[in-house]
Amino acid sequence: MEKKHMFDNPENVKRLLRIFFGSVIALLVIDVIYIVLSKQHIIHRHVEYEWEKYWSFYSVYGFVACVILVLISKYVLRPLVKRKEDYYDK
Amino acid sequence: MTSNLMPALIFMLGGFLVPFFRGRAKAVYMMLIPIVGFINLLCIPTGEHLPIVFGEFNLVLMSVDRLSLLFGYIFHIISLITVIYILNFKNNVEFVAGFFYSGAALGTIFAGDLFTFFVFWELLTVGSVMLIWCRKTKSAQAAGFRYLLVHAFGGLVLLAGIVFHFTETGSLEMSQITLGSLSSYLIFFGIGINCAWPLVHPWLTDAYPEATIGGAVFLSAFTTKTAVYALARLYPGTELLIWLGVGMAAFPIFYAVIENDLRRVLAYSLINQVGFMVVGIGIGTELAINGACAHAFNDILFKGLLFMSMGAVMYRTGKINATDLGGLYKSMPWTCLFCCVGAASISAFPLFSGFVSKSMVMSAAALESHLPGQGSLVFVWLVLLFASAGVFHHAGIKIPFFAFFGHDAGFRVKEAPRNMLIAMGIAAFLCIAIGTYPKPLYDILPFPVDYEPYTISHVLTQTELLFFSALAFTLLLLGGIYPAEQRALNVDSDWVYRKGGKGIFALLSNTLNPLNTWCESIVRGTASFVAGFFKDAAAKFALFFTVNVWLLQGKKAKRLAIKKQRLYNDIMEGTLPIGIGAAVAISFIVLIFILT
Repeated sequence: MEKKHMFDNPENVKRLLRIFFGSVIALLVIDVIYIVLSKQHIIHRHVEYEWEKYWSFYSVYGFVACVILVLISKYVLRPLVKRKEDYYDK
Repeated sequence: MTSNLMPALIFMLGGFLVPFFRGRAKAVYMMLIPIVGFINLLCIPTGEHLPIVFGEFNLVLMSVDRLSLLFGYIFHIISLITVIYILNFKNNVEFVAGFFYSGAALGTIFAGDLFTFFVFWELLTVGSVMLIWCRKTKSAQAAGFRYLLVHAFGGLVLLAGIVFHFTETGSLEMSQITLGSLSSYLIFFGIGINCAWPLVHPWLTDAYPEATIGGAVFLSAFTTKTAVYALARLYPGTELLIWLGVGMAAFPIFYAVIENDLRRVLAYSLINQVGFMVVGIGIGTELAINGACAHAFNDILFKGLLFMSMGAVMYRTGKINATDLGGLYKSMPWTCLFCCVGAASISAFPLFSGFVSKSMVMSAAALESHLPGQGSLVFVWLVLLFASAGVFHHAGIKIPFFAFFGHDAGFRVKEAPRNMLIAMGIAAFLCIAIGTYPKPLYDILPFPVDYEPYTISHVLTQTELLFFSALAFTLLLLGGIYPAEQRALNVDSDWVYRKGGKGIFALLSNTLNPLNTWCESIVRGTASFVAGFFKDAAAKFALFFTVNVWLLQGKKAKRLAIKKQRLYNDIMEGTLPIGIGAAVAISFIVLIFILT
């Protein structure tokens, strides 16, 4: 019987996912705190653009960017460029 | 102690001696080359060295300033790391080519004039193509030829540009060139081919994944980075570069998502990272150039680390396609860890090296965008932010996930050899060291640095960006939307010369070859007819007259046949009685006399 590895146990995978989702939510909460503190001028926040001050701007941008990236790659680019592996050899 | 020995010579000549060493001495000797080179580099004072007057050309074989020193340092460091990495391969050609190639890169960045620059630039191609051919597979051979053709073309464009530049200005100085004249565009484009600009990029994604395991690590470090250096030296602040860089940062990530060969994924992300550098050079402010150079420095380390980890996977399993791999964290835990460090660095996680350099370019873009007339830089900034999220998606998550986690492909291999682990360990250490304590890197940048990467805002926003990219990956994967890796080939702009080239070949072969055959048949037919006719023309001529005479004399069939045969034989063998021969000759002369 082979040694059981960390992610052979589905419980561990679930645990990892829970930690991950937890930290994602924590980040959103920290962002709120940060905005409040900088509004109170307790922390100085330097931004280049106004929209950087919006709550979870970077989170939404990162999420949407990746979803768009994957959808375009899968549904636009792949049908256009995909060929058989021996395409150039024929 | 000062030195004026060219760093390139230590590598090139030193490399040629490698095959004469055996066993442990060979390993020690190979590691000594970059170490001795580095000590030599520290002893070279800044300024111009080794001037040569060659006819009307003033050549400067070595010119050292802060910009070239920065690239010199990192080229030595990555050479040492790569040499350690390839110690267990027993291929002398690969060793010699590797040293030759890194030597050529050093020669290029320390070249003090355009001619020396061009010579080393070409040697760079020679060294790199050997590293591709060393793989000795059929596809590597073909990719190597395509690579050679593209770079030979690029080299010629560069040479033409330099020649025109010299005739226009009378100078070969390596100083800033403003786009305008034909020569400036030719040099610009010649460098751009090595820089893998959009549409001229596929030599990179075509050839790098075909190189040897160690060769890919060498290749990832030098060719594109010497081009980045050349652009920073000759074309800083050229606005066109901003848009080329934006294209480079944006388009490869789409390909990287659907690509199956993990080293090809890395090749696409290499273009993406070079895009950030090119944008920085295009912006041209001190912060932007610093950012571009710092990012080149870091990219050499983390991209080398990623190529090394994928090379180790390939070395142990013989596979590199995502469809064949998975679950390797069980048998190669150290390689997995180092790969994750590289992935975190390229994704610019706080505490890893990408974090302290990529943001310099983005800050520079944001700062400049507030200036009047520079509003389009807001768009550049947004695309770079998109590319930052995207690079995490494909290089940061996809590479480690499909190789080391994901579904278990059932490989139970040994951990990578010790020398490979040491090499990856050094690179990983440097990635974290620079990420946590960037000051030494900032101190060697071309311009004084007034930039603080570790602000609360930067750390928080970057973490948000990355975590939510990861969230998108996780949700898409769990939801089954993430595109499954497929055994397939994705055509890129190299289609133009790979299929188009075949098309031109077919066109020419279908028109010119039949024409050729037709002409040949005409010439051959005419010639053989003439030859056949004149072979016995004299005999036929004689027979024609004499047979008529004999018929008049009333010779009978049998006797006539014998006489014909005898005359024919006599003429063909030259055994006519002398009297007849003389009569023919004289009557011929008489004929000529009458006719004239």
